[in-house]
Amino acid sequence: MASEIKQGTLELVNHLPILQVITPMLIAPILVVLNNKTLSWLLSFVGALACLFISILLIQAVSDGSILTYYLGGWVPPIGIEYRIDAVSAILLFLISIISAIVLIFSYSSLHAEIPEEKHTLFYSCFLLCLTGLLGVVATADIFNVFVFLEISSLSTYVLVAQGAFLDRRALSASFNYLIMGTIGATFFVIGIGYIYMATGSLNMMDIAERVNQFGDNRTIQAGFAFIVVGMGLKLAMVPLHVWLPNAYTFAPTVVTCFLAATATKVALYVLIRFVFSVFNYEDIFVNELFFLLLMPLAVIAMIAASVIAIFKQNLKKLLAYSSLAQIGYMLLGLSLMSQKGLASSLVHMVNHGFTKAALFMSLGAFMLNTKNVYIKSLSGLGKSMPFTSAAFVIGGLSLIGVPGTAGFISKWLLLEAALETGYWLVAILIIASSLFAVIYVWKIIEVLYFSESSESYNEVSVLTLMPIWILALFCIFLGINTSLTVDVAIMATEILFK
Amino acid sequence: MKHHLILKVITKFMVGVIVLFGLYVQFHGDYSPGGGFQAGVIIAAAFILYGIVMGLENVQKVMPIWFAQKAAALGVLVYALTGVFSIIFGFEFLNYHAISPEHPKHGQHYGIILVELGVGITVTFVMIAIYYSFAGRTPRLDDKEW
Repeated sequence: MASEIKQGTLELVNHLPILQVITPMLIAPILVVLNNKTLSWLLSFVGALACLFISILLIQAVSDGSILTYYLGGWVPPIGIEYRIDAVSAILLFLISIISAIVLIFSYSSLHAEIPEEKHTLFYSCFLLCLTGLLGVVATADIFNVFVFLEISSLSTYVLVAQGAFLDRRALSASFNYLIMGTIGATFFVIGIGYIYMATGSLNMMDIAERVNQFGDNRTIQAGFAFIVVGMGLKLAMVPLHVWLPNAYTFAPTVVTCFLAATATKVALYVLIRFVFSVFNYEDIFVNELFFLLLMPLAVIAMIAASVIAIFKQNLKKLLAYSSLAQIGYMLLGLSLMSQKGLASSLVHMVNHGFTKAALFMSLGAFMLNTKNVYIKSLSGLGKSMPFTSAAFVIGGLSLIGVPGTAGFISKWLLLEAALETGYWLVAILIIASSLFAVIYVWKIIEVLYFSESSESYNEVSVLTLMPIWILALFCIFLGINTSLTVDVAIMATEILFK
Repeated sequence: MKHHLILKVITKFMVGVIVLFGLYVQFHGDYSPGGGFQAGVIIAAAFILYGIVMGLENVQKVMPIWFAQKAAALGVLVYALTGVFSIIFGFEFLNYHAISPEHPKHGQHYGIILVELGVGITVTFVMIAIYYSFAGRTPRLDDKEW
């Protein structure tokens, strides 16, 4: 036991990795016990702000390339569970925390329109549990712990998606679909963990990484890796395994859609990156071939096909959901290039797309407060009656396309550079083609917003609703101009991963 | 189920025994097979049995829905606060040495009892809540249909 040396000597600062995860976990049951809906919102918001504060402290602590470790219960790994924060996880923790805080501001006004009031307490409780799960997946360095947190977040996500049923009963079947697919994914993932444990006898990532190197070509480990790739492929909606995503995003309450679109799939992708680089050997031929032969074609198909499908969708939430699939394609592509720049582009795109998609879904949510649905026809002329929301939507749309000056440009540029650097110029052309499709579907919406006459006139939404939307929209611009927070940290993160 | 006299009498007798056995499993969990999860399921089984035989209304008089919900959350709190207790005293989260720094072994013992208690409470009431939400949905069977 480690604590014999440092008994009772830990300062609060040493506890940051665990505080990041348990802050929302502690608040969730308190909400249920208190059972007061205004207080629930306030406490969740305070909790999310605390998480954000902690994640900023963590980014500062790891920005010089150092790694924070934390032994749960004082048990030294590989026996005990270890929490390990490096630059890669710090970016993700920051993304998840800030999105949750912004989304909670929005939920104050939008939740009343979508969910009956007596459910609000339980909703916020579930939301915090989901947050706990996502943060935990990123913070931990124990592969079984990853599975546990992944399930905490997924199970609460199924509940959150089903809450859309008060507006549209189809949310129930969407949630059930997601439940089945997500559970299959989790099962594959845990089978993979089982194989790895069988071969190496360890669950700690660093420990496994050492042992895997000694094995060389081992079928058990390769099978485990394949299972994990498929399991995570389901969770992150890799293209043939994506069928749960469009409906889940379409019928979930806006708050949930924003939060999931910005965080959940990214966390699954993070797990995949973690496994490739920190657990397995990325130079291994098997890993490389799997990524080159399997993931890269799938990523390209996702980029093109999902963008084309998005063009024809009339329900805007569904349109954006398909566009999310395409963006996940970009991230997977960056990863499958297996180069430092490719991975950096993947990480930066996670953050940039998180803000972009959250801004877009949230402004759709604001439209929905007035129009009650998000079919493209009902948005006609809203550019005049809801100028601020529409302007935010346009900024998000530009960032989605990747117009210079917005966040989307930075990550797409990095991805293009990475593709050209590694010699996949055909892939680079396809990236541009996919961006052109994005121009089409974003323009389709902008045209309806600004260049068609409206039959009804609506009032602009309240300032409290506009605030979170504009925070996100400004982030889309800020991250397009100032890249020190994303690109610099991501490049440093990739240096840690490609050690 | 008015005429199932034997079932009712036996149930009334068994409920106490089941809860007692549940508590035994709960508090011996740290040095014999068992623990919070198993104990929680056993104790919940007592309530579920009572509900099946005496009817949903009667068991909900003993154990209202709101209580099951809040108690389930309280169990999680007991677990989490045990961990926070260690943090406050300068140990790692869930390091039970904090409970009795002079006698680390005792600390470990008390710590695991507390944590298992939290698990037990949560599992008990979650099981009951699950039973309630399933039982509350189905159309009630009439006595004639038996």
